[in-house]
Amino acid sequence: MPPILEVAGLRAGYGPIDALHDVSLTVDEGEIVTMIGANGAGKTTTLMSVSGVVRPRAGRVTFGGNDLRTFPAHEIVKLGLAQSPEGRKIFPRLTVLENLQMGAFTRKDPPGIAADIEKMFGMFPILNERKGQAGGLLSGGQQQMLAIARALMARPKLLLLDEPSLGLAPQIVTQIFGVIRDLNQNQGMSVLLVEQNARMALKVAHRGYVLETGRVTFSDKADVVLNDPRIRAAYLGE
Amino acid sequence: MIFAADSAFWQAFTQQTIDGLAFGALIALVALGYTMVYGIVELINFAHGDLFMLGCFLSLTILAAFGLGGLGFDATVKDPSPVYVAVILLTCLLVAMPFCGALNFAVDWVVYKPLRTAPKLAPLVSAIGVSFIFMNVGLFWGGAQDVNFPNLIPDTNLMSEGSGIRFTYKDAMVFGVTVPLMIGLTLFVQYSRLGKAMRATAQNPTAAKLMGIDTNKVIGLTFAIGGALAGAGAVVYALKVNTISYTMGFQNGLYAFTAAVLGGIGRIPGAVLGGLIIGLVRYYGSAYVGETWAGALIFGILILILVFRPTGLLGSTTREKV
Ligand SMILES: Nc1ncnc2c1ncn2[C@@H]1O[C@H](COP(=O)(O)OP(=O)(O)O)[C@@H](O)[C@H]1O
Ligand SMILES: [Mg+2]
Repeated sequence: MPPILEVAGLRAGYGPIDALHDVSLTVDEGEIVTMIGANGAGKTTTLMSVSGVVRPRAGRVTFGGNDLRTFPAHEIVKLGLAQSPEGRKIFPRLTVLENLQMGAFTRKDPPGIAADIEKMFGMFPILNERKGQAGGLLSGGQQQMLAIARALMARPKLLLLDEPSLGLAPQIVTQIFGVIRDLNQNQGMSVLLVEQNARMALKVAHRGYVLETGRVTFSDKADVVLNDPRIRAAYLGE
Repeated sequence: MIFAADSAFWQAFTQQTIDGLAFGALIALVALGYTMVYGIVELINFAHGDLFMLGCFLSLTILAAFGLGGLGFDATVKDPSPVYVAVILLTCLLVAMPFCGALNFAVDWVVYKPLRTAPKLAPLVSAIGVSFIFMNVGLFWGGAQDVNFPNLIPDTNLMSEGSGIRFTYKDAMVFGVTVPLMIGLTLFVQYSRLGKAMRATAQNPTAAKLMGIDTNKVIGLTFAIGGALAGAGAVVYALKVNTISYTMGFQNGLYAFTAAVLGGIGRIPGAVLGGLIIGLVRYYGSAYVGETWAGALIFGILILILVFRPTGLLGSTTREKV
């Protein structure tokens, strides 16, 4: 089976500067793939290029057989690709419920949307308790849950997650990673996970990529990456 | 009566309140266009007041098409039938609102959209340019002098003789048009799918794109709605004040912009609140401080409020995390 996402020779950047020089990676259906790398390596730029917010300058991005470079950002969601972005990017003056509704913006099935909102409330009960509150009033951890739930409301086949554990208390990180694993195992959702917390990410992922200043420098099965001495030294603080 | 001694005072005060609220509601309608556009693209649309002015000249042209206006026309229409007035008012609204909405939309598409990622100064300067272009169109359309606008709606008082208060057909028209539009806008922005998309885009355009929202379309829609409200304001203004000129966009635009800032720019209820406050201050100021001081008073209050609440009355006081 062809991979659900294929990025090949991707070059992208901002203004005169290229942040990505040559990024290639694949995500197979039902797979969790993680991308690790230092601050500024280009992880966020990669995800934003896949989502169409940053326009690729060269290379290919193929999702489910579609050449994503021919789609504007707002149409990519409809193909089944959603992102929970770095820094959460919650709509601060929309309520929790409205934030979730925005996640389903491209969908036209009100009963299905209502059912999925209930599902999100089941997954993250705190969001139910706070559904009438403005998103900006939630704590960091709650906002992260909302960002993930909002992305899931699009019913994506592939979920992009950018640093979901950043700045969160350990038990909340555990909860969030539990949800990711559960979505993958029970619903077959593919996940491309970008993480600072490399150890945690490599434990939950099937495969891993290492990104250094806009280039993929290493990739393998997650346990191989996790046990590579150079990776341990550079990214796992050993 | 216990308050007999004060009754003259209260009569005058009530009168200033009515007049102030009527003027304020009009300013609010124009202020909404400033605040919605600022809210979504952080652009102070300097051309908005001039768009309002063009709406007034368009209304004049529509009235001329009805045989009202033109050379030698007696500016006061004698005893028009209510149906006739209603037809003309509705025609003006149904033409001026789409016209101003479409014009604002087109300007966004042609001028501001290509500058979306440029430094904020670029669209700002372009807006000033558009303002001058609109003014020149107005000059060409209506000439350099003040133009009399046909006095179609009677100034007949609707209150009883003894009340000592004037609430005229014109006032009824002002509230009859502005209040439903403001309520309609609020409901649309609060509850409709596109209204929510509009708020989402204003609050975080990148996240809005990630939700599958076509942000350029939503921004265009915002310009169109803001423009349509200015068009409605123009019709109401022309029919109430009966004098228009190609420079009117500047002063009224400034009032409206001030209203938007006063209420908290980017906040829809803020524009309404700001407009009403400015209307009241203008009329109370004229009555109790002096006609010539009304302008100074308005801007004095603006400065005072901004010193203590830099984000405006309804703006958020805490910075939101990006
Ligand atoms: N909006 C932007 N404008 C200009 N440069 C940017 C922008 N976002 C990121 N960059 C630059 O692109 C490079 C990659 O950044 P990013 O993709 O955010 O890395 P990471 O997510 O791995 O930390 C960095 O050098 C960063 O400074
Ligand atoms: Mg990043």
